[in-house]
Amino acid sequence: MSTYALSLKDLNKSFGPAKIITDVNLDIEKGERHAIIGPNGAGKSTLFNLISGLYTPTSGSVKLHGEEIAGMAPHLINHRGLSRSFQVSNIFINMTVRENVRCGVLNAMGQGYSWWRNIGSNKEVQSRTYEILERCGLVDKAALPASLLPYADQRALEIAITIAGGADVILLDEPTAGMSHSETDRAVQLIRTATEGKTLIIVEHDMGVIFDLADRISVLVYGEIIACDTPENIRGDAKVREAYLGDEEEPDVKEMV
Amino acid sequence: MTDTTVQDLAPSSAQKFRQRTLPFLILAAILVAIPMTGPSRTFYTIAHQMGINVVFALSYNMILGKGGLLSFGHAVYFGLGGYLAVHAMGWIEEEAGLWGAFPVFFLPIVGFAGGALAGAIIGWPSTRKAGTTFAMISLGVAELIFAAAFMFDSFFGGEQGISGDRMNGTQMFGLSLGPIDDVYWFIAFWMFVGILGMWAFTRTPLGRLSEATRDNAQRVQFIGYNPQKVRYLVFIFAGGFAGLAGGMAAVNYEIFTPDALSLVPSGFVLIMAYVGGIAYFVGPIMGAILLTYMQSMLSDFTEAWLLYLGMLFIVIVMFAPRGLAGIVFGFLDGFRSDDRGAFLKSWFTTLAGGFLMLIGLIILVEVSVRWSNGYGEVYEPFGMHLSHTNPLTWILFLVATVAGIALTYFANRDKEGAA
Repeated sequence: MSTYALSLKDLNKSFGPAKIITDVNLDIEKGERHAIIGPNGAGKSTLFNLISGLYTPTSGSVKLHGEEIAGMAPHLINHRGLSRSFQVSNIFINMTVRENVRCGVLNAMGQGYSWWRNIGSNKEVQSRTYEILERCGLVDKAALPASLLPYADQRALEIAITIAGGADVILLDEPTAGMSHSETDRAVQLIRTATEGKTLIIVEHDMGVIFDLADRISVLVYGEIIACDTPENIRGDAKVREAYLGDEEEPDVKEMV
Repeated sequence: MTDTTVQDLAPSSAQKFRQRTLPFLILAAILVAIPMTGPSRTFYTIAHQMGINVVFALSYNMILGKGGLLSFGHAVYFGLGGYLAVHAMGWIEEEAGLWGAFPVFFLPIVGFAGGALAGAIIGWPSTRKAGTTFAMISLGVAELIFAAAFMFDSFFGGEQGISGDRMNGTQMFGLSLGPIDDVYWFIAFWMFVGILGMWAFTRTPLGRLSEATRDNAQRVQFIGYNPQKVRYLVFIFAGGFAGLAGGMAAVNYEIFTPDALSLVPSGFVLIMAYVGGIAYFVGPIMGAILLTYMQSMLSDFTEAWLLYLGMLFIVIVMFAPRGLAGIVFGFLDGFRSDDRGAFLKSWFTTLAGGFLMLIGLIILVEVSVRWSNGYGEVYEPFGMHLSHTNPLTWILFLVATVAGIALTYFANRDKEGAA
């Protein structure tokens, strides 16, 4: 039998009396591209934080390749093959682009905490770093300090760091937030190539991106998954329309309907 | 652009030579050249202190500048490493066990081991948290060890400390370590080793991760590292290099007292590193040299030297947070920029303004100190008779200060207008 890449069972998270995530069940196949959508404040980022180890679930289980990871420290979850990006660019601003990516590469190369090696002399690390930079279109900017990158490139670097460690389950938290149309198109292309053959879970507001990328979509409303299906079926789901798409405040809705 | 190769991303070998090898060759050349100039005893005494402080300040910057951990108790590792080295010096003298064959020249290694061991024990609980928690624990540990120093006499020797004799054991490189110019080679060698070692550390994966953890401990977790473990390992190395400096001091002074691990040297090393510039590797080296010089020489000129030291620290923190190294590199950048003329004008105006303010400050401090002492002593720079009753004193003070503030203000107002 095949195990799911990621499997959430009866997952709950409360902060004091406030229930943020309620009884979430979700199974994601290996190699699947899964999108999570929902109105602001639905708990999408909290769900990511629960999966990636930033938060400990109040109850329930999170299984990565069949192994329980709920409540594990983030770096241990990362060692087991899960990597995430952040909604707000979360990069090492005092380093160059190349050094940023190299930090992500090192651990996977078994150079975790080594203090007896020169960082510049390992060929494998250098070529892997180069490969990631190339895949993310950052080779030209490799020597720039990360703080000087334009916004869209910072987002690309965020993805580059996320995939650098070679994790096979990738969580991207609103990778195209705040981008222009052309930048978004480039980002989607980047996500597609960067996560080739990997399991992808993506939180996104831009419906265009989601219908373009996702195999399946989960709709999260007030901490509950109210629907989980293919893009076509989600489009036609009455419950989703009512709960989520009926919200006229949401500008992306018109694009989709 | 796609024809860029892997190698092109790394610095070229010419760049590597200029930025990495050359500075060390120059340092080695200077260290070798110094004794050829036939320096005085006083020079040697100060130079040795500088060498020790350079290593100590750099070791402090491993955690402050590169690791982002503010410690108020770094002298603990300097002191414990030094104490262990002094004891080892005693064992060499007594020829206890195998120690009889151990060269005094290599005692800094014992110091390193002592400092690293202390770091491994004390760092275990204290590096679990960064920020304020870490700073408070470091302060508590410093107080605790200092208090313990007066309780455990057999190790710390009470108030008079533990002393030793460096002229025992196996001689290395034909150095008896008796005369001061023998000791010079000892200090020079270990200072070079210390600088090289700590610089090499910044080039290792752990050294780089330390910087990454400083900048963004959360992100480090999500690329697979435990920031606590990074901090802990770096802390052990910082303790080790502080212990190395302690071992150098043990051989140089042949005595260690509990004062060496009190809050005073812990504060002094913070000031050395910060004044020099914690963002740069060479910063603490500059800070250690300047402050050691001030400590030894300025105290001969004025009894208010600590006041000047405090002023220097405050001025650096407020107006030049990148320290002396920041000032030097900022000047070089400005000098190379297209706008050289405007830059030099504003830079030298600021410098002149700062100099005038300094004159005003010196007059105020020196006159006040003598007035407060009440011995009727008068401050007489350049043959002027500046007593507190002389109106000239206060006119000079006011003119220099006001002119200095005005110059600095205008120089920097122009700069902001241009930007």
